[in-house]
Amino acid sequence: MSTIQRNMSLTGEPPKTINTQQKLASAIGLFGLALLLLALLNVNFPNKSLWLTASLVAIGAGTVWFSIAAYAHKHEGIKNDGVYFKSLTSKGFWAWILGISLTLFYVLLYWFPQYLGLGNNGDNTDLVALFDPLSRFLNGGPASQWFVYGTLYTLAILAFGIKFILKYCHNKYEKLRTYSVMFFQLGFAFLIPELMFRLNNDSLSLPYYDLKNIWPLNYYNFEQYRVDQFISAGDIGVALLIFGVVSILIITPILTYKYGKRWYCSWVCGCGGLAETAGDPFRHLSDKRLIAWKVERWVVHSVLVFVVLMTTAVVHSYLGDDSSKYWLTKDVFLICVAVILTLVFSGTFIFKREALQKDAQLAAIGYFVIIMSLIGLHYFAATKLFLFNAETLRQSYGFLIGAVFSGVIGVGFYPIFGSRVWCRFGCPMAAILGFQQRLFSRFRITTNGGQCISCGNCSTYCEMGIDVRAYAQKGENIVRASCVGCGICSAVCPRGVLKLENGPLQKRIDSNEILLGNDVDLMNYVNE
Amino acid sequence: MEHVVIIGNGIAGVTAARHIRKRSDKKITIISAEADHFFSRTALMYVYMGHMRWRDIEPYEASFWKKNRIELIKAYVETVDTRNKTLHFKDGGSINYNKLIIATGSVTNTFGWEGQELNGVQGLVTKQDLEKLEKNAPNNKECPRAVIVGGGLIGVEMAEMLRTRDIEVTMLVREPAFWAAVLPKPEAEMISQHIISHGVDLRLTTELEKIVGDAHGNVKAVITKAGEEIPCCVVGITTGVTPQISFLEKSKIETGKGILVNRHLETNVENVYAIGDCAQQREPIGQRPPVEAVWYTGRMMGETVAQTICGNPFEYNPGNWFNSAKFFDIEYQTYGWVFSDKKRKEYEAQFHWECTKDLRCVTISYHKENNQFLGINTFGIRMRHEVFDRWLNEKRSADFVIQNLKQANFDPEFYKKYESEIQNQFIHQFENA
Repeated sequence: MSTIQRNMSLTGEPPKTINTQQKLASAIGLFGLALLLLALLNVNFPNKSLWLTASLVAIGAGTVWFSIAAYAHKHEGIKNDGVYFKSLTSKGFWAWILGISLTLFYVLLYWFPQYLGLGNNGDNTDLVALFDPLSRFLNGGPASQWFVYGTLYTLAILAFGIKFILKYCHNKYEKLRTYSVMFFQLGFAFLIPELMFRLNNDSLSLPYYDLKNIWPLNYYNFEQYRVDQFISAGDIGVALLIFGVVSILIITPILTYKYGKRWYCSWVCGCGGLAETAGDPFRHLSDKRLIAWKVERWVVHSVLVFVVLMTTAVVHSYLGDDSSKYWLTKDVFLICVAVILTLVFSGTFIFKREALQKDAQLAAIGYFVIIMSLIGLHYFAATKLFLFNAETLRQSYGFLIGAVFSGVIGVGFYPIFGSRVWCRFGCPMAAILGFQQRLFSRFRITTNGGQCISCGNCSTYCEMGIDVRAYAQKGENIVRASCVGCGICSAVCPRGVLKLENGPLQKRIDSNEILLGNDVDLMNYVNE
Repeated sequence: MEHVVIIGNGIAGVTAARHIRKRSDKKITIISAEADHFFSRTALMYVYMGHMRWRDIEPYEASFWKKNRIELIKAYVETVDTRNKTLHFKDGGSINYNKLIIATGSVTNTFGWEGQELNGVQGLVTKQDLEKLEKNAPNNKECPRAVIVGGGLIGVEMAEMLRTRDIEVTMLVREPAFWAAVLPKPEAEMISQHIISHGVDLRLTTELEKIVGDAHGNVKAVITKAGEEIPCCVVGITTGVTPQISFLEKSKIETGKGILVNRHLETNVENVYAIGDCAQQREPIGQRPPVEAVWYTGRMMGETVAQTICGNPFEYNPGNWFNSAKFFDIEYQTYGWVFSDKKRKEYEAQFHWECTKDLRCVTISYHKENNQFLGINTFGIRMRHEVFDRWLNEKRSADFVIQNLKQANFDPEFYKKYESEIQNQFIHQFENA
């Protein structure tokens, strides 16, 4: 990362863009945060429900008022003035303060929840205790560090979602998309699982299940304790388990074929939801260089291979050998995995080979051979599956990918690396959806003939680091695996060049050497 | 190996270089005194506004040039010696060429006003102009008010830039509405209102008489032709641009307003070509002016000249006219010809629709006699280039265009559609007539 060039000369200093109302609103929001901080620092609030409510309302109201003060008096339109002049949004002092604070919070959350006040058997103190009343109200039990996290996460998506809606009040696509992520976070990620938990009793014990959280994002969905819980919960449990499998194998491919991966990544997903709302002010910080794209392709697909191996090993470890007891034995399961992977691999190579870059072909072959030989090795040599203990694989995945990557780096580093680092480099779900989007989907971003002026707004504000301009200025449609369909490139384009749409597969990717507007003969001559 | 030298690293020169590289192994050198790398001139405003950094408006990474074997030289070409096929640089040094492409673009057009050499008087065309503006108008304390002379595309961009730093802006426009020399009246009036709503003091039918300086040679005020004095720290000159050809004065290359070229973009001297803003067509093409200072035409000339240089002689033959711009928050696109009231052809009829609630409008021009569709201006509604290009080629009727307007819509998904409203008004208009 090179240093930010704030403006072009040393004399210039653009006006501070925060007005009096925004200052008051910030004070209210910070007051709410301060209450949480006091709780964290051992202040024992007498009336916890009251103080928790005060804190959450102050944070939410402060954010919303701030947004109204920022946008209400302005014209409908793009509001990126001064983005690269503000410390918080241009990797300045406040960006680092925020990044370090968020990172510390994640470290406590994942590895030292006792410092947040998590006690044994619900005997909570400090911050976690402050959330006990809300937890009891929703699910009947005391709070955990995850309940605290979930509440704050949901609050962030709701409050900053309203901010985003106010910012893009002229853009119906952006508004609908934001209502959608707010709905799925509040309902599916937060309320429904808590209420489902309430249904549990001696005879029914459903695992905590956010229905929209699909494997492999939800990498632990098929672990033994969960599967046991699903099965012991009877028909509902089995239905949920089947839903989990159907989600990734059937529902996801169909929706991605029709609408692209955006149906999930920027309309439903919680990680995407936070990135699109609270992370929006940092979207331009994503790295647009070619080298970053190269790293992205290797890392994200490696994570996908890792999660496939890990899940296969974990499921394999708890299945039985005796087919008379249950049809799904270790061997049957491995054969199923091998068959699915072979189908995906050969299908891609037969039908879509020309759409893959050379390095992608080599990588695909490489990974396929590795997985298959590991499975084969197990068959013929009967060693430990994949050479590693399943539990070791699970734990290292949970630590490296589940905690460090998605939490600490993914969100903690928002103000430094941009809002979609996890989605771009780490999310195995995004890798699967992206693979489908690139090869088997109707979605594309259409470029409007020869109208591009190469200004670079689209690339700058692409949170996934796609160099949108590189395609638009060639008159080429943008069909990239990583595109989450947030629609901001289209919104910030000053010349109406980009449109997200679903259409026929033919001519989805048109590469033009000569753009529309020039001699028709020349276009035909060179473009063919 | 043949050496192609290109003077100017704007859109025209760089497009030519890219296409020559695609089709050949010739040695390619681009010379520029303005910037190290190609940047998007139309995006200068976004750097001042804080939307992007300088490097964000450079479309190619630094490694691109090396990878494509395009040599870059930062130098100012002072003389062109076509007899020896040599360019001489201002700071000494020279370079030989086999083929020369001149793509030096434009400079700000001035009219010899008194005081135009004062500090604080500037255009907005080059990287250096942006640096100057950053120095002249860093904030509203050092520059409480700026005056912009000229009501065109650069003028409104400059106004938008300055307003993001809360600098008061007075715009002097000669016409009775903003850009009325190009836009039909209702559109020019809508845009004028929008500009005013952004806090710009828009002075219509007002012209600059002279610029007044203080003892240090800095701008103090402007005086209008009506005699009014307007105090200001910056005077933005946005009265159009003119080809940058002064360095050719002593050369054998024939010039008029710009460098005179034939349809192959060849100048009067063999192996010397001119493209982009600095070129002037000897015979105007269609209804186009002989000098076109537009991003797209620069690009298209670059695409064409590359073919000619690579042994496939091609005439520059631009297709249907198109253009686009953004006036503060209102996007504008145009396809085909829609003329202003002053320039309107006697056969041209116009149908105008304006949204009652929002700042959106559409003007469709067509032939009075045979109803042939001639062009469209669209504000606040995005339309498809490809569709209008096809309809213009197919010489569709205005009725057909209005009926099928939906096909051309390019607004984002879920946006409100206005086609039926437009269609109703179109039908209604003839019932009343």
